[in-house]
Amino acid sequence: MDLSTNYLGMQLKNPLVVSACGPLSEDIDNIRRAEDAGAAAVVLYSLFEEQLRLEMHELHHHLEHGTHSYAEALTYFPEPSQFHLGPEGYLEHIRQAKAAVDIPIIASLNGCSMGGWTEFARRIEQAGADALELNIYYIPTDMALSGAEVEQTYLDILKAVKSVVKIPVAVKLSARFSNIANMAKRLDAAGADGLVLFNRFYQPDIDLETLEVRPRVLLSTPHAMRLPLRWIAILYGRVRASLAATSGIHTAADVVKMLLVGANVTMLCSALLKHGIDHLRTVEQGLRQWLADHEYESVRQLQGSMSQIHCPDPSAYERAQYMRAITTYKVAT
Amino acid sequence: MKQPTYETMDGNEAVARVAYRLNEVIAIYPITPSSPMGEWADQWAAEGEPNLWGTVPTVIEMQSEGGAAGAVHGALQTGALTTTFTASQGLLLMIPNMYKIAGELTPTVFHIAARSLATHALSIFGDHQDVMAARQTGWAMLSAASVQEAMDFALIAQASTLQARVPFLHFFDGFRTSHEVQKIAVVDDEVMRAMIDEEAILAHRARAMSPDRPVLRGTAQNPDVYFQGREATNPFYARCPDIVQTQMDKFAELTGRRYRLFDYVGAPNAERVVVLMGSGCETAEETVEYLVARGEKVGVLKVRLYRPFDVRRFAAALPGSVRAIAVLDRTKEPGASGEPLYLDCVNALRETGRAYVQVVGGRYGLSSKEFTPAMVKAVLDNLATRTPKNHFTVGIIDDVTHTSLEVDPSFSTEPDDVVRALFYGLGADGTVGANKNSIKIIGENTQFYAQGYFVYDSKKSGSMTVSHLRFGPRPIRSTYLVTRANFIACHQPVFLERFDMLRDAVDGGVFLLNTPYGPDEVWDHLPRTTQRRIIEKRLKFFVIDAVKVARACNMGGRINTVMQVCFFAISGVLPREQAIEAIKDSIRKTYGKKGDEIVQMNLRAVDATLEHLHEVQVPTQVTATWDLLPPVPPEAPEMVRTVLGEIIAGRGDLLPVSKLPCDGTFPTNTARWEKRNIALEVPVWDPATCIQCGKCVMVCPHGTIRAKVYDPSLLKNAPPTFKTTPARDRDWKERGWNFTIQVAVEDCTGCGLCVDVCPAKNKTQTRLKAINMAPQLPLRESERRNWAFFLSLPEVDRRELKITSIPHQQLQQPLFEFSGACAGCGETPYVKLLSQLFGDRLLVANATGCSSIYGGNLPTTPWAQNAEGRGPTWSNSLFEDNAEFGLGFRLAIDKQKEFAEELLRKLAPVVGDDLVTAILKASQRDEAGIYEQRERVAALKTKLRDLRTREARALLAVADWLVRKSVWIVGGDGWAYDIGYGGLDHVLASGHDINVLVLDTEVYSNTGGQCSKSTPRGAVAKFAASGKPIGKKDLGLMAMTYGHVYVASVAMGARDEHTLRAFLEAESYDGPSLIIAYSHCIAHGINMATGMQNQKAAVNCGQWLLYRFDPRRLAAGENPLQLDSRPPTKKVEEYLLSENRFKMLTKSKPQDARILFQMAQEDAERRYRLYEYLAARKLKPDAPAVAAGQTATTPSTTVTA
Repeated sequence: MDLSTNYLGMQLKNPLVVSACGPLSEDIDNIRRAEDAGAAAVVLYSLFEEQLRLEMHELHHHLEHGTHSYAEALTYFPEPSQFHLGPEGYLEHIRQAKAAVDIPIIASLNGCSMGGWTEFARRIEQAGADALELNIYYIPTDMALSGAEVEQTYLDILKAVKSVVKIPVAVKLSARFSNIANMAKRLDAAGADGLVLFNRFYQPDIDLETLEVRPRVLLSTPHAMRLPLRWIAILYGRVRASLAATSGIHTAADVVKMLLVGANVTMLCSALLKHGIDHLRTVEQGLRQWLADHEYESVRQLQGSMSQIHCPDPSAYERAQYMRAITTYKVAT
Repeated sequence: MKQPTYETMDGNEAVARVAYRLNEVIAIYPITPSSPMGEWADQWAAEGEPNLWGTVPTVIEMQSEGGAAGAVHGALQTGALTTTFTASQGLLLMIPNMYKIAGELTPTVFHIAARSLATHALSIFGDHQDVMAARQTGWAMLSAASVQEAMDFALIAQASTLQARVPFLHFFDGFRTSHEVQKIAVVDDEVMRAMIDEEAILAHRARAMSPDRPVLRGTAQNPDVYFQGREATNPFYARCPDIVQTQMDKFAELTGRRYRLFDYVGAPNAERVVVLMGSGCETAEETVEYLVARGEKVGVLKVRLYRPFDVRRFAAALPGSVRAIAVLDRTKEPGASGEPLYLDCVNALRETGRAYVQVVGGRYGLSSKEFTPAMVKAVLDNLATRTPKNHFTVGIIDDVTHTSLEVDPSFSTEPDDVVRALFYGLGADGTVGANKNSIKIIGENTQFYAQGYFVYDSKKSGSMTVSHLRFGPRPIRSTYLVTRANFIACHQPVFLERFDMLRDAVDGGVFLLNTPYGPDEVWDHLPRTTQRRIIEKRLKFFVIDAVKVARACNMGGRINTVMQVCFFAISGVLPREQAIEAIKDSIRKTYGKKGDEIVQMNLRAVDATLEHLHEVQVPTQVTATWDLLPPVPPEAPEMVRTVLGEIIAGRGDLLPVSKLPCDGTFPTNTARWEKRNIALEVPVWDPATCIQCGKCVMVCPHGTIRAKVYDPSLLKNAPPTFKTTPARDRDWKERGWNFTIQVAVEDCTGCGLCVDVCPAKNKTQTRLKAINMAPQLPLRESERRNWAFFLSLPEVDRRELKITSIPHQQLQQPLFEFSGACAGCGETPYVKLLSQLFGDRLLVANATGCSSIYGGNLPTTPWAQNAEGRGPTWSNSLFEDNAEFGLGFRLAIDKQKEFAEELLRKLAPVVGDDLVTAILKASQRDEAGIYEQRERVAALKTKLRDLRTREARALLAVADWLVRKSVWIVGGDGWAYDIGYGGLDHVLASGHDINVLVLDTEVYSNTGGQCSKSTPRGAVAKFAASGKPIGKKDLGLMAMTYGHVYVASVAMGARDEHTLRAFLEAESYDGPSLIIAYSHCIAHGINMATGMQNQKAAVNCGQWLLYRFDPRRLAAGENPLQLDSRPPTKKVEEYLLSENRFKMLTKSKPQDARILFQMAQEDAERRYRLYEYLAARKLKPDAPAVAAGQTATTPSTTVTA
């Protein structure tokens, strides 16, 4: 059975990719275990723009705070002549991951504004990453900012990064655009080698005891996959960029569905956190089983076969489907 | 001879650079002002910097200077080139070893930043008392007068000691030289190689102890030979001066800088000469040159090699024309016939047949007291009188024994071509750092010489810094503060309310003010004095809103870069464009390693500055209706007004001797008069949201938040904005009482700890709590009145409080308030708690350190008194002896109490059996018992006053000891874990009823964050620049092994009620008690406003344990140890990464950090398991019962698995 697929111009042994997530990729052993369990590639946890900035400010602040105020304690810390700042730790992690496994390592850079941080993409490339996933995580709270401006920022960031690296760059997108298809097309035109659909924003929660807003991480549930499923189906064949499906992919059946609508790869996170990294084996086994049961020879064969352009009822991915959904809905009695 | 490289640096760095290159083993211990030398050495070693011979010196921190000297002695005996750095008390602790090292003719150099000794008071500042106390040890003593000389002499001393075998003290003036930044010619490796005789090093190695060629040293000798052995070293001392001069000559050939053992400068036909050593030589030389140029026959003799004192060279250096000399000693030997240098000179002249030269001696410059050209002139003028005053003082006004010389304050030698600038900054705004940077820029970009000297506050929060900078075409010898400034910058407008800083401006000078007011409105916001000075002195006046510029560039309150640009833009030291480029270059160099983000932020500030800098058109009239504020209010007590107030106002130098106490005794209760108004924002209480839990009151490090309950009828005269609400606590509610939380906004530091710990949330706006920060200025006047009214409300009767409950206990009046500790200090909440609980019967023995500084550094003390005039009595002896000092209190109290009881029994027939029995049998275990005993003792004293017998008078003198007293020995971890541990251990073992409070910041906080044995594994600290590889010492566990010691480990931020309980239990235990209190600290690199959260995090991950070990529990058959921490719920690394002291290791040595953090996790888990195991043990059923209070003879706890 040929499970291989192509993602960002890279030949992968199967369509199962570990998505960007700290617990899964912060430890090199976990990356090794993922490879052993069958992962075709690993996206490393994200290096955050804010983290880079914050660390510099934090270090600077703490080294300066309270100094030169009091004669006996003019400073409080020894100041080495050199600091390993910013992405150093992350770059080292890339190097270690590359040394530890044979599968491609995709680095992830998370940011939302133009600035010097895009320069880090170059250093990520130099550290040996096979590709870069650009996670543009933007929450516009400025009421004066138009949607067009927000969209332009995405494109500018992509271009800035593309201008400094040769490795493929995928953009991990939010589903919150007036017209996702248009956005995808423009990113495609701007040079995105892949689109990762979709970013699951961590939504705030409230702690009822302390009355504080807490950024609680919720694991995805299988129904979350419906959104990327639709948009991959719509985008398949219409953009040059590879398509990666992420959110709510828990089982082999989920993987099959995503491949059917046109995903080049499927990215798993919550399922692995819940069931362990070895769950990849189960998914891969299930994928093989389904393909065998349904007499497919390869993944490529089914990829996109149920996309909007190839499926029997293209309107199923459009508004018409919604009408059908509500008209066939019966209130439980 | 090649051209030297010039660099700007301070004396400590200059010396450390040479000492590090020329040694292999460096044993160090922190003490101001020498600590930076050890810090440099440790940092270079951590970075693998090799010495002259290509090997990285071994740098080791010891537990005390005594320990460092011992390690140095051992290393020298075993053949290594070894050194140390110290000062003051540290040098005193080295003296026993110094005798040994000299007696064994061992070559070494100790580098000393000479400092005052603790006598009537401690002083960190410079004079020669310490080195003079070591002059009898047999060490050669070489004195450097400037930063350049300090670097040069560090090498000359090393070269000489290797030749002479006599060990050398190389000393230079603490602060004036150790901390003065100068542009100097750097001694390079080539010069060092040429100076150091490799053969002498081999000879040193050959003398070393080795089992391959065994020797015996350190013998004991008897009357037959000891004396002869002592004389056997004479030839070495006889040769030593020649050797030093030879080395100086060799140095001159190599560098062009020529020195002699005694350097004379002045008129060749001088009749009057001043003789001195140290930094004062520079001022004396400047003055003499000025006077000689005006025809005076005067000179100065600079003493370089003080020991061995070369009588012949001394006499030869003095011109034959000299008629009279004045010998100045920067030391004081009470009771001596003269100070040491004076006596040496008298003797030298006599021995060389020049006894006809008149010699007078004088003291100057103690504790870095200013020594100015006017004073040098006064000394020379004194010599010109018919009967010169001998044994004089200069620089003070002595109106008691009239030793002082008159000084003409208008005399100045400051040349016109030297730029003299003064900068008044706030510690937190980065002024000093920027000025050090400016010196570097000018020093390294121009032909100018540069000098910087910095005067700091004795307060650690809201402290003012004054930078004194000079730039000029010749080497700058002015080792005194700038008093005729042609540029004055005020970086904080609030200082204008308090200081007449333009007093020091020259006519036509420049005044730069950072102010929120623009050029058209600023005039109306200046006090009269400032306006008058600007007009009268025709100052050019510039303003900038530096805070606005800095904030716009994301730099918060750090206005340093902005003000630096302004200085260069208007001072004209460099062409403007060149200056801006130089600043930008310097920013790239300075901040580059901290990341591009920081560089860009500063570069943006540079570019944004000039458009906001405006010259003010100065009006011709003084228009202000207000003037400088008095330092203390007029209703303050006389001592506060006339002495402490003058110190606060910066006029302490003018106080005459008669105003100072003769024995170092000062009143307490004085910080309340020093309204510093340093907080920009202060807490504001919201009675509607408040749940009256007392937590904000408890954590307030500065005692500025108080709570009271009271009868509402007392509110009749309350100011209109005074806030009050019905009390929620049942005990007060039943009485219909009200409750108020009041903030002393003029004393608050604005740290924000109170807001962080407040558990109550506003129902409609959850961002608000029951206490919230708001700008201070609009509240100042109304809250001042509210505070005064609050104080007028009666304190609640202590007998009515349930002191185990925080809301009740926190109603106790703090007798420790408004300390100058860092804003948000983690130590002072514990100290304040102590003062609340036991303050009215408390004696504190305080180890030197942060707590002795915020507790006892003039001008004012936070230790306070209650309405009856009772309160803590406090003293600091030394760093190393604090436990013993406190034990002495206990012994004296117990002895006098015992004596009182004996007298009481004798006098029973006279004073009445009932009263005597009641006093002797009184239980004083609670507030009521103590209250009643006080009443009885008062009655007794009334009776005794009527009796005229000797015994009655004797009893009257000791009767107060019949009321129970609480002795607390307070100090930091540097004391308890390191330098004072031996004494602490002994005092705990003694079984006496003392209480020890260790304010454990896990670092030597006061001296700038050096590693102690309490420092946890993986923490980066000074002297542990690579991260501490070893785990923290478990002081509590060690103390528990005695079995009779009450031990508690607490962290207020983790569980405040646990802390309270531990304090109460410790005090009530009739034996030794030890409380180890986790204290977050500015040296941890944390947000101080949330320091209590750091405490909690440390406990939650098991890095810090909460426990109590109470020997009394044995009596009930219970295990004395109670582990009060829950099993760790977080990973240690999570906590470590929240504090810069750990996190920065991940930036400097990421690999080491990974390993050490993992080990830290294992440490915490292992420690928790051990305590859990110990606390879970059941006592043997037949274990002997132990009575509560049984002390030294109590057997260890009998526990079984």
